[in-house]
Amino acid sequence: MNGLIGKKLGMTSVYDSDGKQVACTVILAEPNVVTQIKTVETDQYNAVQLGFGERKEKRTTKPLLGHFKKAGTTPKRKLVEFRDFSIPVKLGDTISITDVFEEGDTVHVVGTSKGKGFQGVVKRHGFRGVGDATHGQHNRQRHPGSIGASAFPSRVVKGLRMAGRMGNQRVKIRNLKIVKILPEQHILLVKGAVPGHKGAFVILQKEEG
Amino acid sequence: MDHLVRQVEEQLLQTDHIPDFRPGDTVEVSYKIVEGNKERIQKFKGVVLKIEGEGKRKTFTVRKMSGNIGVERIFPFACPNVVEVKVTKYGKVRRAKLYYLRGRVGKKARIKERQVFKKSDNNSQKA
Repeated sequence: MNGLIGKKLGMTSVYDSDGKQVACTVILAEPNVVTQIKTVETDQYNAVQLGFGERKEKRTTKPLLGHFKKAGTTPKRKLVEFRDFSIPVKLGDTISITDVFEEGDTVHVVGTSKGKGFQGVVKRHGFRGVGDATHGQHNRQRHPGSIGASAFPSRVVKGLRMAGRMGNQRVKIRNLKIVKILPEQHILLVKGAVPGHKGAFVILQKEEG
Repeated sequence: MDHLVRQVEEQLLQTDHIPDFRPGDTVEVSYKIVEGNKERIQKFKGVVLKIEGEGKRKTFTVRKMSGNIGVERIFPFACPNVVEVKVTKYGKVRRAKLYYLRGRVGKKARIKERQVFKKSDNNSQKA
Protein backbone atom coordinates (compact mmCIF):
# COMPACT_ATOMS: atom_id res chain seq x y z
CA MET A 1 0.00 0.00 0.00
CA ASN A 2 1.37 3.37 -1.00
CA GLY A 3 1.20 6.26 1.34
CA LEU A 4 2.79 9.16 3.10
CA ILE A 5 3.18 10.59 6.56
CA GLY A 6 1.75 14.03 7.21
CA LYS A 7 0.77 16.46 9.89
CA LYS A 8 -2.74 17.71 10.52
CA LEU A 9 -2.76 21.50 10.44
CA GLY A 10 -6.42 22.22 10.99
CA MET A 11 -9.64 22.59 9.11
CA THR A 12 -11.04 25.09 6.68
CA SER A 13 -13.51 25.11 3.84
CA VAL A 14 -13.21 25.70 0.13
CA TYR A 15 -15.71 25.88 -2.70
CA ASP A 16 -16.16 23.26 -5.39
CA SER A 17 -17.03 23.94 -9.01
CA ASP A 18 -20.75 24.13 -8.17
CA GLY A 19 -20.08 26.81 -5.59
CA LYS A 20 -20.81 24.38 -2.78
CA GLN A 21 -18.82 24.73 0.40
CA VAL A 22 -16.66 21.73 1.21
CA ALA A 23 -15.26 21.26 4.71
CA CYS A 24 -11.64 20.15 4.47
CA THR A 25 -8.76 19.15 6.65
CA VAL A 26 -5.45 20.73 5.76
CA ILE A 27 -2.58 18.26 5.93
CA LEU A 28 1.08 19.15 5.61
CA ALA A 29 3.13 16.39 4.01
CA GLU A 30 6.62 17.62 3.41
CA PRO A 31 8.69 15.20 1.35
CA ASN A 32 9.05 11.89 3.16
CA VAL A 33 12.42 10.17 3.16
CA VAL A 34 12.89 6.49 2.48
CA THR A 35 14.74 5.31 5.56
CA GLN A 36 14.65 1.57 4.99
CA ILE A 37 13.63 -0.89 2.32
CA LYS A 38 12.56 -4.32 3.44
CA THR A 39 12.45 -7.20 1.00
CA VAL A 40 11.36 -10.81 1.10
CA GLU A 41 14.99 -11.92 1.01
CA THR A 42 16.05 -9.94 4.06
CA ASP A 43 12.88 -9.52 6.10
CA GLN A 44 10.39 -12.09 4.75
CA TYR A 45 8.14 -9.32 3.45
CA ASN A 46 8.23 -6.26 1.23
CA ALA A 47 7.91 -2.85 2.77
CA VAL A 48 9.23 0.68 2.64
CA GLN A 49 9.89 2.71 5.74
CA LEU A 50 9.32 6.43 5.44
CA GLY A 51 10.47 9.19 7.73
CA PHE A 52 8.84 12.56 8.31
CA GLY A 53 9.53 15.64 10.41
CA GLU A 54 12.81 16.85 11.78
CA ARG A 55 14.22 15.61 15.05
CA LYS A 56 17.20 17.05 16.90
CA GLU A 57 20.29 14.92 16.66
CA LYS A 58 20.81 15.43 20.38
CA ARG A 59 17.47 13.82 21.08
CA THR A 60 18.06 10.79 18.90
CA THR A 61 19.43 7.57 20.30
CA LYS A 62 22.68 6.31 18.83
CA PRO A 63 21.15 3.18 17.32
CA LEU A 64 18.56 5.33 15.54
CA LEU A 65 21.23 7.79 14.44
CA GLY A 66 22.97 4.91 12.75
CA HIS A 67 19.72 3.94 11.08
CA PHE A 68 19.30 7.44 9.64
CA LYS A 69 22.96 7.63 8.68
CA LYS A 70 22.54 4.50 6.62
CA ALA A 71 19.78 6.20 4.66
CA GLY A 72 21.87 9.35 4.39
CA THR A 73 19.33 11.65 6.00
CA THR A 74 18.92 13.79 9.07
CA PRO A 75 17.06 12.24 12.02
CA LYS A 76 13.28 12.12 11.57
CA ARG A 77 10.49 12.37 14.10
CA LYS A 78 8.13 9.79 12.75
CA LEU A 79 8.85 6.53 10.99
CA VAL A 80 6.13 4.49 9.36
CA GLU A 81 6.33 1.31 7.36
CA PHE A 82 4.22 0.79 4.26
CA ARG A 83 3.81 -2.80 3.10
CA ASP A 84 4.12 -3.55 -0.62
CA PHE A 85 5.04 -0.04 -1.74
CA SER A 86 4.52 -0.03 -5.49
CA ILE A 87 6.52 3.08 -6.37
CA PRO A 88 10.12 2.13 -7.13
CA VAL A 89 12.33 3.83 -4.56
CA LYS A 90 15.90 3.76 -3.37
CA LEU A 91 17.23 4.28 0.11
CA GLY A 92 17.38 8.00 0.90
CA ASP A 93 14.91 9.02 -1.80
CA THR A 94 12.38 11.73 -1.02
CA ILE A 95 8.73 11.22 -1.88
CA SER A 96 6.42 14.19 -2.16
CA ILE A 97 2.65 14.37 -2.36
CA THR A 98 2.43 14.41 -6.13
CA ASP A 99 4.45 11.20 -6.38
CA VAL A 100 1.72 9.31 -4.57
CA PHE A 101 -1.55 11.19 -4.84
CA GLU A 102 -3.57 13.11 -7.36
CA GLU A 103 -6.44 15.48 -6.86
CA GLY A 104 -9.68 13.52 -6.75
CA ASP A 105 -8.08 10.37 -5.34
CA THR A 106 -9.53 8.76 -2.28
CA VAL A 107 -7.29 8.16 0.70
CA HIS A 108 -7.49 6.43 4.02
CA VAL A 109 -6.27 8.61 6.85
CA VAL A 110 -4.94 7.03 10.02
CA GLY A 111 -4.44 9.06 13.15
CA THR A 112 -4.70 8.99 16.91
CA SER A 113 -8.05 10.33 18.04
CA LYS A 114 -8.27 13.08 20.62
CA GLY A 115 -8.29 11.76 24.17
CA LYS A 116 -11.60 12.36 25.92
CA GLY A 117 -10.62 11.07 29.36
CA PHE A 118 -12.85 8.88 31.48
CA GLN A 119 -16.27 9.04 29.91
CA GLY A 120 -19.62 7.59 30.79
CA VAL A 121 -21.50 5.07 28.79
CA VAL A 122 -23.71 7.61 26.99
CA LYS A 123 -20.84 9.51 25.37
CA ARG A 124 -18.51 6.55 25.01
CA HIS A 125 -20.85 3.94 23.58
CA GLY A 126 -23.89 5.91 22.55
CA PHE A 127 -26.18 4.42 25.18
CA ARG A 128 -29.39 6.37 25.30
CA GLY A 129 -29.54 6.88 29.04
CA VAL A 130 -32.90 7.36 30.63
CA GLY A 131 -35.19 9.54 28.58
CA ASP A 132 -37.07 10.94 31.52
CA ALA A 133 -35.97 13.17 34.35
CA THR A 134 -39.37 12.96 35.94
CA HIS A 135 -42.01 10.22 36.43
CA GLY A 136 -40.30 8.86 39.51
CA GLN A 137 -36.85 8.88 37.95
CA HIS A 138 -34.40 9.62 40.71
CA ASN A 139 -30.82 10.37 39.72
CA ARG A 140 -29.71 7.92 37.06
CA GLN A 141 -30.27 9.76 33.80
CA ARG A 142 -27.01 8.70 32.14
CA HIS A 143 -26.46 5.30 33.70
CA PRO A 144 -26.00 2.02 31.83
CA GLY A 145 -28.81 0.12 33.54
CA SER A 146 -28.47 -3.55 34.31
CA ILE A 147 -25.14 -5.13 33.41
CA GLY A 148 -26.14 -8.75 33.88
CA ALA A 149 -28.83 -11.24 34.69
CA SER A 150 -29.44 -13.10 37.95
CA ALA A 151 -28.62 -16.63 39.12
CA PHE A 152 -27.76 -17.53 35.59
CA PRO A 153 -25.08 -16.72 34.56
CA SER A 154 -24.21 -15.15 37.92
CA ARG A 155 -21.51 -13.04 36.39
CA VAL A 156 -21.03 -10.15 33.99
CA VAL A 157 -20.13 -11.25 30.47
CA LYS A 158 -16.73 -10.27 29.16
CA GLY A 159 -16.48 -7.28 26.87
CA LEU A 160 -19.60 -5.61 28.20
CA ARG A 161 -19.52 -1.96 27.26
CA MET A 162 -19.00 0.23 30.27
CA ALA A 163 -17.63 3.63 31.19
CA GLY A 164 -13.90 4.20 30.82
CA ARG A 165 -11.16 5.92 28.94
CA MET A 166 -12.28 7.22 25.58
CA GLY A 167 -10.31 8.42 22.59
CA ASN A 168 -6.53 8.49 22.18
CA GLN A 169 -6.79 5.45 19.95
CA ARG A 170 -5.63 4.66 16.48
CA VAL A 171 -8.46 5.45 14.12
CA LYS A 172 -8.65 5.02 10.39
CA ILE A 173 -11.06 7.07 8.30
CA ARG A 174 -11.60 5.46 4.92
CA ASN A 175 -12.21 6.92 1.50
CA LEU A 176 -11.68 10.60 2.02
CA LYS A 177 -11.46 12.56 -1.18
CA ILE A 178 -8.45 14.73 -1.94
CA VAL A 179 -9.99 18.07 -2.75
CA LYS A 180 -6.83 19.99 -3.53
CA ILE A 181 -3.09 19.56 -3.67
CA LEU A 182 -0.71 22.49 -3.31
CA PRO A 183 2.57 20.91 -4.40
CA GLU A 184 4.90 23.87 -3.71
CA GLN A 185 3.71 24.10 -0.12
CA HIS A 186 3.49 20.32 0.34
CA ILE A 187 -0.08 20.72 1.49
CA LEU A 188 -3.13 18.69 0.65
CA LEU A 189 -6.77 19.24 1.48
CA VAL A 190 -8.88 16.24 2.31
CA LYS A 191 -12.65 16.35 2.44
CA GLY A 192 -14.05 15.95 5.91
CA ALA A 193 -12.53 15.48 9.31
CA VAL A 194 -9.47 13.48 10.23
CA PRO A 195 -8.68 11.89 13.61
CA GLY A 196 -6.35 13.69 15.99
CA HIS A 197 -5.55 17.14 17.22
CA LYS A 198 -3.87 19.90 15.26
CA GLY A 199 -0.22 19.14 14.76
CA ALA A 200 -0.79 15.40 15.10
CA PHE A 201 0.87 12.96 12.75
CA VAL A 202 -1.42 11.28 10.28
CA ILE A 203 -0.75 8.44 7.88
CA LEU A 204 -2.19 8.80 4.41
CA GLN A 205 -2.80 5.52 2.68
CA LYS A 206 -3.76 4.95 -0.90
CA GLU A 207 -5.89 1.93 -1.64
CA GLU A 208 -4.72 0.03 -4.68
CA GLY A 209 -6.95 -0.72 -7.62
CA MET B 1 -5.37 29.38 13.54
CA ASP B 2 -2.32 27.86 12.00
CA HIS B 3 -0.62 30.33 9.71
CA LEU B 4 -0.36 27.67 7.03
CA VAL B 5 -4.11 27.12 7.08
CA ARG B 6 -4.52 30.85 6.68
CA GLN B 7 -2.10 30.80 3.77
CA VAL B 8 -4.15 28.08 2.11
CA GLU B 9 -7.29 30.13 2.56
CA GLU B 10 -5.60 33.20 1.10
CA GLN B 11 -4.65 31.14 -1.88
CA LEU B 12 -7.87 29.27 -2.53
CA LEU B 13 -10.56 31.76 -1.61
CA GLN B 14 -11.38 34.74 -3.75
CA THR B 15 -13.01 37.80 -2.18
CA ASP B 16 -11.78 40.62 -4.40
CA HIS B 17 -15.11 41.07 -6.17
CA ILE B 18 -16.85 42.16 -2.99
CA PRO B 19 -16.68 45.90 -2.26
CA ASP B 20 -16.05 47.42 1.14
CA PHE B 21 -19.10 47.85 3.32
CA ARG B 22 -20.00 47.88 6.97
CA PRO B 23 -22.91 46.86 9.13
CA GLY B 24 -25.70 49.35 8.62
CA ASP B 25 -25.09 49.72 4.91
CA THR B 26 -27.75 48.68 2.46
CA VAL B 27 -26.55 46.22 -0.15
CA GLU B 28 -27.94 44.39 -3.10
CA VAL B 29 -26.52 40.89 -3.40
CA SER B 30 -26.71 39.09 -6.72
CA TYR B 31 -26.69 35.42 -6.00
CA LYS B 32 -26.38 32.67 -8.57
CA ILE B 33 -28.86 29.86 -8.24
CA VAL B 34 -28.50 26.61 -10.12
CA GLU B 35 -31.69 24.69 -10.73
CA GLY B 36 -31.02 21.47 -12.56
CA ASN B 37 -28.97 22.79 -15.45
CA LYS B 38 -30.50 26.25 -15.49
CA GLU B 39 -28.81 29.18 -13.85
CA ARG B 40 -30.39 32.38 -12.73
CA ILE B 41 -29.43 35.35 -10.66
CA GLN B 42 -31.43 36.21 -7.61
CA LYS B 43 -31.18 39.57 -5.93
CA PHE B 44 -31.37 40.07 -2.22
CA LYS B 45 -31.49 43.62 -1.01
CA GLY B 46 -31.35 44.67 2.59
CA VAL B 47 -29.37 46.02 5.52
CA VAL B 48 -26.08 44.43 6.52
CA LEU B 49 -26.72 43.23 10.05
CA LYS B 50 -23.26 41.98 10.84
CA ILE B 51 -19.94 40.87 9.45
CA GLU B 52 -18.61 37.77 11.10
CA GLY B 53 -15.46 35.71 10.96
CA GLU B 54 -11.99 36.66 9.92
CA GLY B 55 -9.70 36.53 6.97
CA LYS B 56 -11.11 35.14 3.76
CA ARG B 57 -13.79 33.15 5.52
CA LYS B 58 -15.77 36.18 6.63
CA THR B 59 -19.54 36.15 6.19
CA PHE B 60 -22.10 38.92 6.22
CA THR B 61 -25.74 38.79 7.16
CA VAL B 62 -28.30 40.77 5.19
CA ARG B 63 -31.74 41.48 6.57
CA LYS B 64 -34.70 42.55 4.50
CA MET B 65 -38.39 42.88 5.06
CA SER B 66 -40.34 40.60 2.80
CA GLY B 67 -43.89 41.79 3.14
CA ASN B 68 -43.97 42.23 6.86
CA ILE B 69 -41.77 39.29 7.65
CA GLY B 70 -38.09 39.84 8.31
CA VAL B 71 -35.80 37.61 6.26
CA GLU B 72 -32.11 37.21 6.98
CA ARG B 73 -29.54 35.57 4.78
CA ILE B 74 -25.92 34.84 5.47
CA PHE B 75 -23.48 35.15 2.59
CA PRO B 76 -19.82 34.13 2.70
CA PHE B 77 -17.50 36.69 1.14
CA ALA B 78 -15.64 33.96 -0.70
CA CYS B 79 -18.67 32.13 -2.09
CA PRO B 80 -18.36 32.00 -5.88
CA ASN B 81 -22.16 32.07 -6.17
CA VAL B 82 -22.21 35.59 -4.78
CA VAL B 83 -21.77 37.21 -8.15
CA GLU B 84 -21.98 40.85 -7.18
CA VAL B 85 -22.58 43.03 -4.18
CA LYS B 86 -23.74 46.59 -4.76
CA VAL B 87 -23.75 49.07 -1.94
CA THR B 88 -26.82 51.24 -2.42
CA LYS B 89 -26.78 53.20 0.84
CA TYR B 90 -24.22 53.88 3.52
CA GLY B 91 -25.60 53.78 7.03
CA LYS B 92 -24.31 55.39 10.19
CA VAL B 93 -24.58 53.02 13.13
CA ARG B 94 -22.87 52.76 16.49
CA ARG B 95 -22.74 49.01 16.83
CA ALA B 96 -21.01 46.18 14.98
CA LYS B 97 -23.98 43.82 15.29
CA LEU B 98 -27.33 45.38 14.57
CA TYR B 99 -29.47 42.79 16.30
CA TYR B 100 -31.65 45.56 17.70
CA LEU B 101 -33.12 45.99 14.24
CA ARG B 102 -34.82 42.63 14.56
CA GLY B 103 -37.29 43.96 17.04
CA ARG B 104 -38.06 47.07 15.04
CA VAL B 105 -40.31 47.80 12.12
CA GLY B 106 -41.21 50.84 10.10
CA LYS B 107 -39.83 54.18 11.16
CA LYS B 108 -38.00 52.75 14.14
CA ALA B 109 -35.92 50.52 11.91
CA ARG B 110 -34.43 53.45 10.03
CA ILE B 111 -30.70 53.97 9.88
CA LYS B 112 -29.04 57.37 9.52
CA GLU B 113 -27.09 57.85 6.36
CA ARG B 114 -23.33 58.11 6.43
CA GLN B 115 -21.44 60.55 4.27
CA VAL B 116 -18.97 58.77 2.05
CA PHE B 117 -16.57 60.90 0.09
CA LYS B 118 -14.72 58.37 -2.00
CA LYS B 119 -17.87 56.63 -3.01
CA SER B 120 -16.74 55.72 -6.50
CA ASP B 121 -13.57 54.19 -5.07
CA ASN B 122 -15.41 52.11 -2.58
CA ASN B 123 -17.96 50.87 -5.01
CA SER B 124 -15.56 49.67 -7.64
CA GLN B 125 -13.04 47.51 -5.87
CA LYS B 126 -11.12 47.02 -2.69
CA ALA B 127 -7.74 48.68 -2.78
